[in-house]
Formats: sequence, C-alpha cells, structure tokens
Amino acid sequence: MPTMSAKNLQLDENGKLQHFLSIEGLDQQIITEILDTAESFTSVADRVIKKVPILRGKTVANLFFEPSTRTRSTFELAEQRLSADILSLNVDTSATTKGESLLDTIHNLEAMQIDMFVIRHKDSGSAHFFAQHVRPGVSVLNAGDGQHEHPTQAMLDLYTIRHHKQDFTRLKIAIVGDIMHSRVARSQIHALNLLNTAEVRVIAPKTLLPVDTESLGVQLFDDLERGLQDVDVVIMLRLQKERMSGALLPSEKEYFNQFGLTQERLDRASPDAIVMHPGPANRGVEIESSVMDGNQSVILQQVGFGISVRMAIMSMIVGRSGLQANE
Amino acid sequence: MTILIKNGLLIDPVNNNESKTDIFIDGSLVVGLGKPPAGFKPQQTIDAKGHWVIPGLVDGQARLREPGQTHKANIASETSAAVKCGITSLCIPPDTQPVIDNSAVVDLIDHRNAKAGNQCHIYTIGALTQALEGEHLSNMATLKANGAIAFSNAGRPFINNLVQRRAMEYAAGGDMLVIIQPRDSDLYANGCAHESSVSTRLGLPAIPEAAETAALAKDIELVAQTGARTHFGQLSCARSVDMIRRAKHNGLPITADCAMHQLFLTDHDIGEFDTNKLTIPPLRSQYDKQALRDGVADGTIDSICSDHQPHEIDAKLRPFPSAEPGISAFDTLLPLAIRLVEEKILSMPGVIGRLSINPARILGLPAGQIAIGELADIVIIDPGAHWYCEGKNFASRGKNTAFEGWDFSGRVTQTLVAGQIVF
Repeated sequence: MPTMSAKNLQLDENGKLQHFLSIEGLDQQIITEILDTAESFTSVADRVIKKVPILRGKTVANLFFEPSTRTRSTFELAEQRLSADILSLNVDTSATTKGESLLDTIHNLEAMQIDMFVIRHKDSGSAHFFAQHVRPGVSVLNAGDGQHEHPTQAMLDLYTIRHHKQDFTRLKIAIVGDIMHSRVARSQIHALNLLNTAEVRVIAPKTLLPVDTESLGVQLFDDLERGLQDVDVVIMLRLQKERMSGALLPSEKEYFNQFGLTQERLDRASPDAIVMHPGPANRGVEIESSVMDGNQSVILQQVGFGISVRMAIMSMIVGRSGLQANE
Repeated sequence: MTILIKNGLLIDPVNNNESKTDIFIDGSLVVGLGKPPAGFKPQQTIDAKGHWVIPGLVDGQARLREPGQTHKANIASETSAAVKCGITSLCIPPDTQPVIDNSAVVDLIDHRNAKAGNQCHIYTIGALTQALEGEHLSNMATLKANGAIAFSNAGRPFINNLVQRRAMEYAAGGDMLVIIQPRDSDLYANGCAHESSVSTRLGLPAIPEAAETAALAKDIELVAQTGARTHFGQLSCARSVDMIRRAKHNGLPITADCAMHQLFLTDHDIGEFDTNKLTIPPLRSQYDKQALRDGVADGTIDSICSDHQPHEIDAKLRPFPSAEPGISAFDTLLPLAIRLVEEKILSMPGVIGRLSINPARILGLPAGQIAIGELADIVIIDPGAHWYCEGKNFASRGKNTAFEGWDFSGRVTQTLVAGQIVF
C-alpha cells in the first residue's frame, strides 16, 4: 500500500535537499556533502565581515513552539551570516494560544512570502507534517520534533567528531543517558550508522531506553564503566529534571552514581577520547564539572560548529554549492 | 408491501450455508424462503441473479457523532451511509455529548433517527457510570427500560476497582450485558502508537500491550467474581486473544470482538506519521494481527465491529500525536470482510456471521438472520463490482479512511430494513 517515504519528502526530483526533516531517509552522500560544505563555511566566522550573500533576498521564519536558546540562536546567526531576512517567533506566546490551528499559522506566514521555515515543535512528526503542507518551493528545516529527530544537532555532532577523529569506520562511539526522550540520540544514531561507524553504543538504565532500541542499530550497555571501555567518543545526553521525580529514576544522586560521567570513568575510554554534550548540560547530574570543563571536552566547540553546519544545510537547500562561500 | 428477491445466492450464517434461494417479504417480515407462502403476490420483484443476498450487518460499535459533535457527522448522515454500506443495525457507545447516562439522551437519539427516516436500526449502549466518570453508577435499570441494550464505560477508567466491581455486580443482577474496552489508563499514559521498533524509530509516545492485557486480566477476574455477562470490545493484542480463549474454556460468560481494521493493518502502516492510521487501541504488530485473525477464525473472537469514527478533515490535519484517533470505517467494512474470505481466513457464511448473527445474539438484537418470521433486514451485493478506495467518495461524512488506494471487490446494490427498500 502507498506510504509516503521520508526520502521522497526531503529530496526534490533531482535528489537534492529541499527540506531537512530527519537523518533517516538521507544517504551517506548527502551527509558527507553537508559536512564538506560546512567546512567551507567555517572560515566565514574568521572574517572581519562575517557574511556571505547566499540567502540575500530570502526570508527565513524561525518558529519555536518550544523554548530553545542554543539551537535558535545558532540558526539565527547562520541565517544572518547568509544574509537572510529573519522573522523569529515564539509561537508559544503567539497565535496558537488564541486557538489558531498550526496549519493556519503556517499558511498565514506563507502569505508573507517566507522562503524557509525553521521549526521546533513538541510533537514527533511535526516537521514532516509541515513539509507536507507548505507550498511548493517553500522549505522546512527541523529544529527538533518531539522525541523523533533533531537532525541539525546530529550533523554538528558529526562535524565535531570528524574534526577530531576523521575516519568513522574505525570509531567506537558511546551515547549515554536518556535515549527514550531524546530526539538528538535518534538522529545521531542514524547519522553515525550512515557513516558506517564501527560501533555505536548506547548506555542507559532500562527506563530511559525505548523498546527494541537495538533495532536502531546500536549495542546496549546498562553499565557505564563497561560501556565506556575503549570508546573514542562519549556523547552525554541531557537528563531533564522532570524525569528525575517520576517513576523513571529513583533520584539524581543514584543516577549520577550509576551513569554520571566522572574523570575516573572517562579514563576507561581511549586516552584521546573526546566528550560531547548537545546541551544544556546539568553539571553534577549527568556529567561532573571537571569533565565538562576538562581538556577532553569539546562541548563549546560543538556550539560554534553548529553555525557552520546550519549555514551549510540552508545553502544546500537554496541550491547553491558551498564553494560560493569563498567568493 | 410484498417483495420477492429472486435468483440471488443466499448466504446463511446460521446454517453455514450458501444456496440460491428466493426470499418472500410481506410488510416488515420475511414470510417465505425458497417457495412462496400460499397466496403470495409480490408487488415488487428484485432480480438478484449473480448477486449475493446477506442478512443486514450488525455493527456493535459505531460513533455517529450525534449528539455533541455534529461538525464531524450526524445521525442522518451516518445512518444513510450505513445502509449504503450494508449495515442495518448499529450500536452507539455512551460517550456522546451529553453522555448516554439518562433516558433523555436515549430518547433524543431515537427521535433523531426517526426524523432521519429510521433508515437503520440504532441501539444505544448506556453508561455504566454517570458522565462516564467512573464514580457513581448510572440509572441502569431505567436506561434498560428505555431501550439501552447494554452498558459500558466506553474505555474510560473507573476511579477504583471497587466501583467497577459494583457496576458489574449491579448489571449482573439485572441480567444486563456489560461491554468493556480493556484499558489501563495509566499504562496508556499519553501514548499514540504501539510500543515497538516503530514507535522507537518515530519517537512516538508508546502504548505497551500491557495497557490492554493488564486491564483485561483484571476485568476477567471481575467477571469470575461478579458473574456479569461481559463482552470485550475492540481487542488488539495476541495475548488478549489467548486470555479470552482460556477464560471461555473456563466457562466464564464472556464474548469478544475486534475492529475490522485490526485484521488488516499493523504499526508499520503508520509509515511517515500517517494520521489516518492513528487509532485507539493502536495498530499493533504483525504477530498481533495474525493472532486476531486466528481468534476470529476459531471463534475466540465472536464478532467484528467497524469501530466507525468519522472525523472532520481538520481532526487529522495535525502532527501525529495531536491528531484525533479513529477511522471512518463504514465504507470499508463489507469489502474488507470479503477480503477475509479471499485470504481464506473465513468462509463467506463465516465472515457474515461474525458481522450479523453473532453480534445480534451477543447484544440481544432482533437481527442478523434471514429466516421466516424475522425482520427483513437484507442486503444485496454485487460481488463482481471492483472499485478503488478513495475517502472522498465515501458515503460517510467522515473521509478519514486508513485504506486509501486499496482495491476492493463487492458493492452493495440494495438494502432493505424491516422490509423497506432504504437503498
């Protein structure tokens, strides 16, 4: 029976990116092209005038139905550096609370000649939903949909890993923490598998793992110390405070005792292992302060790379190649 | 009026038989089969050569959206659709707005059906508790006296097991049928998809099997405790089928149904967040689907319902977790039944029985068979009609089908309800 595939929705008839909704449904070639393009944009940040004209005359609307600091500000900076006109809305406090339907909100904005939407929404599948309903030629970028995917975050994580480690096929990478509620983890796992990462490990208590997590293509560990053995990259996930009080976990203290990243535990990983975190981190809950600020941590670098990666994706969508960044 | 239906192939689920049989109707009743009663003169003759003649279908669970949600559909639109789809009796669960917890609502529904021409028999299922809030028993005996055929809490939770026990006990005392959709609301939480690799991949809040089976285990124990005659509706899990099979084996007074779509669709059909596949209970695994088919085939599951839930277009035009659950199912009920025969799950009389005489017997309705002295609720089908399923062409006001693009065979050409040609 006919089903809509993510691949068809994200790519135009020539196989070029028209929306960026999920890592699932993309192929290795596009992922690599994004990383290569991002590399060419990294130099833009070092210029006196940090702008290229790729999105000049285009209007980008940032619609955040959920709060965000990092993702939203790096998207805005990326858009500004590409010379786009920007409309940023906290839809939380806007029309939808007055009862306007999501679709009406989008169509109203479309009427203002928006070329690209960057959307974060609490519902899994919302990015696909918007992409199915915008006018032809209008693009949707997923800035996080429920617990489904956060593909630009995964791309900047990949970029960071490649920056430090190059060849994915030799890497052991561990993702630690709340996989169940994490859209970041789902995107990371798909992306790492697309690049043929030697081993993707997931380390978490069972209550924070969705059923059949192995089907995503990972190895499961319920013991942090065993799971970290010889890994090259440790990705810590944020554990939301509200998850601490329910039946998922007994207490912050017990979680830190079992799954908190300390220097001692990190020492089980490969000596040149890097530590990553998509932010915002809870110091003393999932990660010890000294590790977060330590010399293996690349957490702040991730944020900076987020700008180039988002510039790369947006420039690919408007159909220019990354080389023009160096004009 | 006297009517002769001649040359049709009569599908008779009661005697598990198919044979070319002429049917003689006088007024609202069937008065002769095979040969006419003495002095019978048909005022109208329907030639059903090459067609199948079946008892009108009895749908144990259909929401017509009236009273309360007439922006989705209403009694007139859905009874007219039902008879076009071969359904001549249907049961409305009590979660209308207002709830069917007092006789005025029963009367209102009857009145609206009369106003719509009584095209289709409508039966009401009363609320077990007032406002379905699970706390105070409703006036069940009064409701029964006014026409409610059974009692249910429509899948809503009781505030505790004691209330459920008392509700079932009270119903048992009055020889009333209890209908339960086994659901543990805590385990359902905010879930919207079967807990599986699909929900994991799509990041959808998941509904574990135990959300149904843990409740069902408790419900079965309460049947054993109270002796309440109980029908379990819209089962979705393989383990539920096992539990029903065992409970029946142990002699408990229970019956069960599942929704037709559960026999054809699985969680994989959600694809990329197709909101038309959003149902409660959710579409389960291939394994569950097969177990439900086995249960239907061996009689563990006695009947099949449509679980018809028509929606306005906007209800599905939302991201998956925020869309409204349910399928507009009248138009696909009979073609899917025919498909069960094509896929060799059941014989034609077998599948028609699960859609007519079985639910009629469970619910105590005067329907479900074509026999002398019975109401002439009769449907004639052209088995050679092939068609392509498109929601926009549905008879129902709800266009929200989960079977868009399927190829079907079999179409209703005529429907009689109580001897009246209504379609």
